[in-house]
Amino acid sequence: MSKKKIGDVILDVHNISLRFGGVKALSDISFDVREHEIRAIIGPNGAGKSSMLNCINGVYKPQEGSITFRGQTFKHMNSRQVAEMGVARTFQNLALFKGMSVIDNLMTGRNLRIKSNLLLQALRWGPAEREESEHREKVERIIDFLEIQAHRKTPVGQLPYGLQKRVDLGRALAMEPQVLLLDEPMAGMNVEEKQDMCRFVLDVNDEFGTTIVLIEHDMSVVMDISDRVVVLDYGKKIGDGVPDEVRANPDVISAYLGTSH
Amino acid sequence: MGFFLETIIAGLMNGVLYSLVALGFVLIFKASGVFNFAQGAMVLFAALAMARFAEWLPEWLGFESLLLANVLAFAIAAFLMLIFAWAVERFVLRHLVNQEGVVLLMATLGITFFIDGFGQTIFGSDIYVIDLGLPDEPIFILEGLFPGGLLINQDDLVTALMAMAMVALLTLFFQKSGTGRALRAVADDHQAAQSVGIPLGRMWVIVWFMAGLTALVAGMIWGEKMGVQFALTFVALKALPVIILGGLTSVPGAIVAGLIIGVSEQLAEVYIGPMVGGGIQIWFAYVLAMVVLLFRPQGLFGEKIIDRV
Repeated sequence: MSKKKIGDVILDVHNISLRFGGVKALSDISFDVREHEIRAIIGPNGAGKSSMLNCINGVYKPQEGSITFRGQTFKHMNSRQVAEMGVARTFQNLALFKGMSVIDNLMTGRNLRIKSNLLLQALRWGPAEREESEHREKVERIIDFLEIQAHRKTPVGQLPYGLQKRVDLGRALAMEPQVLLLDEPMAGMNVEEKQDMCRFVLDVNDEFGTTIVLIEHDMSVVMDISDRVVVLDYGKKIGDGVPDEVRANPDVISAYLGTSH
Repeated sequence: MGFFLETIIAGLMNGVLYSLVALGFVLIFKASGVFNFAQGAMVLFAALAMARFAEWLPEWLGFESLLLANVLAFAIAAFLMLIFAWAVERFVLRHLVNQEGVVLLMATLGITFFIDGFGQTIFGSDIYVIDLGLPDEPIFILEGLFPGGLLINQDDLVTALMAMAMVALLTLFFQKSGTGRALRAVADDHQAAQSVGIPLGRMWVIVWFMAGLTALVAGMIWGEKMGVQFALTFVALKALPVIILGGLTSVPGAIVAGLIIGVSEQLAEVYIGPMVGGGIQIWFAYVLAMVVLLFRPQGLFGEKIIDRV
């Protein structure tokens, strides 16, 4: 399906285990993500998909295993460090800055790239002013790309859900990430909104070459847009491969549909 | 009519100061969810530092300029507030991340007593003066409009302008600068802020420093008017009804409510006071705040709390 070049391994997750007290959220999970691909993590509710993403993002610290990102190996990640290395994420249950306008939300994504110091910013003097307008330009391009021009000044809290999801994606894109982690970008959307979102995800991947790690439990969506799929169930990896392989995997079928005993 | 306007102007001038202290509370609450009980103590600490250094510096360095002494003392006091902000983040807040609001409130109570005591240990506990060298003869304005004109104290006018400048600067900083935007982001959602790489710790230091600066400006102005003394911490508590009125989460709310309180307590004192024997300025603000609380628990400008059942 794809004409794009898939590169080397950019992110390698190695034997990750995560426990909350006695509950094993993830046991011994390993998989890799290659540059420029769309890599999906699927699984039924409670399979540990979000936990996995949170480990990569540094929100959770796994007890065992390691994560290698562009050749550097970490026991666990830390949120800010991850952001600095070029990994952005969106949230399953929207964590937007609700009181701020769409533009301001996206501008926060530029935070790490703002170089001029506090005093200059406050005075809006020379270089700081110029820098601000450069960032502003980048943000405007993303707003065009996501087709939310009409809402740029609206406080995000007042937008409908589907558009809020888009702003969430936009804020992550504003970071110009190398790897984009999407936590159920299509959850709670109607068919039309899902199609829009699919198109944006594919376009991001295509136009910017961004590597995408995507969590989803809607199988049909995932199979259409991803290059390779990891399947989790009860914190264990039960499948890994291209969509057709995964679809034919008996373990995956039973996890999703149940087996006759 | 002239007298009525004079009363209102006097009220507004007090009100700007209330706004300033209330802003200190609101800034910290918004950014870190901490109700900072120590704001009053910070006012005293900053004012003490300013008063003492303005007195010591000319002695140590042997110069006489009052202006130079004040500017240097202000800079030193501001620097101390920066160290204070850093220390609060490093030794208190960092260890209490994700704790309940009550725990954080208790921590700020601890900070209150610490800097009250510490400030008086190093700076002394007498009453000190801050002399900004402001002219104190009253001036008359609008003499053409009112018989005799309106009487305004020049030093009141200057200090009110200072407070207004501070409020304007803060607003500009929060609304227009990248760091201000990051601070508003932190106020809105900690986790999302971290995901875009905003460092929470550094933001807290900045916001406590901003609150420290408002404390310093307020402390300086009050210190100039009534001397730097322990009672300053209680004057700062006047910010509480302001916050109740304006809402704990609203910056414009703090500004407007400060002015409302300033004006209404002045009017009450002048027009209702004589009927009940005077002295109602001390408690009028609190009654006003309580009435607001009955009808709008979130304050005039605060975010409405909606609970999903």
